[in-house]
Amino acid sequence: MKQKFDVIVVGGGHAGCEAAAASARMGANTALVTHRKDTIGIMSCNPAIGGLGKGHLVREIDALDGIMARVTDKAGIQFRMLNASKGAAVQGPRTQADRKLYRQAMQDEIFNTPDLTIIEGGVDDLIMNDRVVEGVVQDDGTKIYAPAVIITAGTFLRGITHRGTDQIPAGRVGDKPAVKLGETLERLELPLDRLKTGTPARLDGQTINWDVLEAQAADESPTPFSYLNDKIDVPQIECHMTYTNPETHKIILDNKDLAPIYSGQIEGSGPRYCPSIEDKVVRFADKERHQIFLEPEGLDDDTVYPNGISTSLPVDVQDAMLKTIPGLENARVIEYGYAIEYDYVDPRALKNTLELKDVNGLYLAGQINGTTGYEEAAAQGLMAGLNAVRHEADEIFTLDRAQAYIGVMIDDLINRGAPEPYRMFTSRAEYRLLLRSDNADQRLTDIGMTWGCVGEKRANVWGKKKEQLESARALTLNLKATPNELEKHGVNVNKDGKRRTVQEILNYQNITWDMLADIWPEMADIPMDIAQQIQIDATYAGYIDRQMADIAAYRKDENLIIPDTIDYKSIGSLSTEVIQKLEMARPQTLGAASRIPGVTPAAVIALLRHVQKRHKHVA
Amino acid sequence: MTDTIYALASAQGRAGIAVVRVSGPQAINSLSKLSDGTFPARQAVLAKVINPDNGSLIDEAIVITFHPPRSYTGEETVEYNIHGGKAVRESLLNALSQMDGHRMAEPGEFTRRAYENGNLDLTQAEAVADLIHAETEAQKQLALSQMGGALSNLYQGWADRLVKALAYAEAQIDFAEEDLPEDEVKSHVEPVLTHVMTQITDHLNDGNRGEILREGIKIAIIGAPNAGKSSLINALAQRDVAIVSDMAGTTRDVLEVHLDLNGFPVTLYDTAGLRPEQLSDEHAQDQIEAEGIKRALQKAQEADFKILLFDGQENEMHAQTLNLKDDNSICVTNKMDNGDTGFADTISISTQSGYGLDNLIDNVSRETKALFEDIQNSPSLTRARHREALVEAQDHINRALKGFSPDMIAEDIRMSVRSIGRITGRTDVEDLLDIIFRDFCIGK
Repeated sequence: MKQKFDVIVVGGGHAGCEAAAASARMGANTALVTHRKDTIGIMSCNPAIGGLGKGHLVREIDALDGIMARVTDKAGIQFRMLNASKGAAVQGPRTQADRKLYRQAMQDEIFNTPDLTIIEGGVDDLIMNDRVVEGVVQDDGTKIYAPAVIITAGTFLRGITHRGTDQIPAGRVGDKPAVKLGETLERLELPLDRLKTGTPARLDGQTINWDVLEAQAADESPTPFSYLNDKIDVPQIECHMTYTNPETHKIILDNKDLAPIYSGQIEGSGPRYCPSIEDKVVRFADKERHQIFLEPEGLDDDTVYPNGISTSLPVDVQDAMLKTIPGLENARVIEYGYAIEYDYVDPRALKNTLELKDVNGLYLAGQINGTTGYEEAAAQGLMAGLNAVRHEADEIFTLDRAQAYIGVMIDDLINRGAPEPYRMFTSRAEYRLLLRSDNADQRLTDIGMTWGCVGEKRANVWGKKKEQLESARALTLNLKATPNELEKHGVNVNKDGKRRTVQEILNYQNITWDMLADIWPEMADIPMDIAQQIQIDATYAGYIDRQMADIAAYRKDENLIIPDTIDYKSIGSLSTEVIQKLEMARPQTLGAASRIPGVTPAAVIALLRHVQKRHKHVA
Repeated sequence: MTDTIYALASAQGRAGIAVVRVSGPQAINSLSKLSDGTFPARQAVLAKVINPDNGSLIDEAIVITFHPPRSYTGEETVEYNIHGGKAVRESLLNALSQMDGHRMAEPGEFTRRAYENGNLDLTQAEAVADLIHAETEAQKQLALSQMGGALSNLYQGWADRLVKALAYAEAQIDFAEEDLPEDEVKSHVEPVLTHVMTQITDHLNDGNRGEILREGIKIAIIGAPNAGKSSLINALAQRDVAIVSDMAGTTRDVLEVHLDLNGFPVTLYDTAGLRPEQLSDEHAQDQIEAEGIKRALQKAQEADFKILLFDGQENEMHAQTLNLKDDNSICVTNKMDNGDTGFADTISISTQSGYGLDNLIDNVSRETKALFEDIQNSPSLTRARHREALVEAQDHINRALKGFSPDMIAEDIRMSVRSIGRITGRTDVEDLLDIIFRDFCIGK
């Protein structure tokens, strides 16, 4: 019998899980094909979720009723709100995660999702009808059919691990790579390139001398990732820190020629923000020490992930290097560090739905698109999942740069490509003051409801919160006082005789909700989380008005569609370099064109005039 | 395909030579239809220009071809140096209009293309217009320096420093978990903001010299009725510009004369006389005069420099006029027809005999020149547009310096960079992350 689904997801990592869950949530009959069922929900790199920009992504996934935040809340063992003192817009939730708990929680979610079938096995090929995908061929020859296929191959596409001069084809240590699938994508003439990333050695925590190390505690009251949770039940633990020293650096420098990246063995480019220790020591020679976070892999697991010293040096050099580091002098290595090189598809070949521009029905999500990180992968998985479901209906679901970090990321990827593994940072979001991790539900849950990806439980929770927010906002607009009246209560504003609303008064950075609740007791009845939202909005009021004006201008450019058929060469006044860049990305809108590096403002003007002229001709 | 544009690049009217410029992808193609010579790039070639329709000779011309990007517009360009008669010009323009993809250029279109092709930035494009309109040596110098990029470099320099400060501010936000050298990071933010702020403030506090020089120095002649203001303006301009009459109060409106004073552009204003007595409302005549006086006082305020003119026939200096004396004014006693010395600390002249006029001109030029002494040394702001954007940038930097939280500080620095970018039209900032990764060891 012909096995037929609405959507097939290839790969069971963070992108694959989120894609399969989103697709099934939309009511599509979904298949998740993965090498091994028991590796679903595995964290291949460091045991942590969230961070700056990344935490924002997780909240956004949650606002669209995705699974990552809920799973993390069941596995987080050291919750910390990063940048707690640096302004609400740049705060990012982060936690260490217990690997076992995470995998367990993820498998619980995936295995219990209705409409989702898990198929164990590799995928070797795609069933194609010209440039239209019709399904996949498994490594045992079984064919599975669907009008939409999402590939989330992670680092498995022709992955090769390097450790000194040892090279082993692998998707990660101990797992075989996807070689045939890589060949399939090459046959489709997709723009493939190589990237690399790396991991440090895993250490046995019982052999670390913890007493000499600096400790870092979790937040006193952990803030959950999911808007559905108001507390964390997992026990919280400390992390520890240590540092490299000149002796460590000497060992590295003496042996750097043995590192594959310096011997020329690795061709792919690695991320600048996640360099190997040999990279750091060579590039920043005058830095006397490099920080290492000793991250525990679990509550009842002694494995420690020494974050900060990823390396692909030979095993004996890794041992020698570790011995010089305080606390690690006698540390036993469980698994040595390695670098991994893998194929990725230049994401400029994608539409903003993550479907390939010229392979109908084939979607890519996660590291295969040149990103790094679980959160980036999951966010893409979610969007690819939603779009794949409605592929045949020709409906698309997209978020723009003013709506979500997800929108920023996808727009960056499809227009700028990923010359190095792409990781989210808050500075990539130009409307950062609006796109906060605290308001992802306010930004996205209503949208998710119209899309149909938000379940009943979340719809109810959000509906209630929305009502509370609205009535609290109305209250802050109705309550007013003059400067003199405020002064009687010890609240000082400009003495201009002007009656101000509570919302205006809260714009003063030193005036808090609680101070005003002394004047107006009804304010004390507002739940704390709601009051906090109103206060944050008031704090950014002037800035947000300006960003809204910018957003209006941005959307205007986004509405100027560049026709698919445009011939950049015919515009004439564009330089060859600009033409090349535009042809590579084939931006969908004028705004997108303006964000491609190397496309000058003057070139954008020329493009605008060309497009307008064409519109006139058509009209 | 982009149109190929053409236009007469030299002035209208009969002249020895006229220049027709053609720019665009078909420029050299149309030349090949008009002439069968060979035209090496950037060489003057004498060639017969023939009308391809009927084979008739249009002119013998010197033709210069330019290949992209080494042309003014950055496109293929052909310049025809033809004889400057109307018939020759028109037959060439006519022949060009028949060529495929050719059309007459709109005003300023060559420069706009130069900007779009990245050959000029906005301030440089503005300078080209200024250079074309420059009437005096000092204006020419100012425009040339701006066209050479003096202003762009200054502004871009500030923008670059602000971008770097922003990168450091962002590093503190996005890499909070990293072991960043905190003191070093801080030293690249606030001190840089303060320093750029001071420089912008100094640049703005230039007494508007660049704008004044570009538009012409305004000098108002102010004095009591019949002190001889109109006569002075006539004498200075060496031509009749205002009605001169012995009856007091004849000049009611402000008249202006443009002069070149030793290379500096000067606009001289004649103003209605200032009268001490209360003007009665009863006479329409007086009402007109009252309006004239109001305008005169306003002009006096707007003027960059004032000539306060006194009637030497009177016993004492006209008090209302003397009240207007300040650092940017000069006092003059008129009607010293016999070469007598007028009131103390004044320059004595006679508009009737011409006595003392050279001395007055020398003094006025010296004073005005002093106003612009260092303008050639430091790039000057030449347009209100620049001033507005810089004031806006200042505003943002100020807010950043007083900033409440790092995310708002970063936002204000970003806005200040954008304000400056609007002046030059260059808004492509180096990726902040590039700066961060270059300067810091980031990464766990």
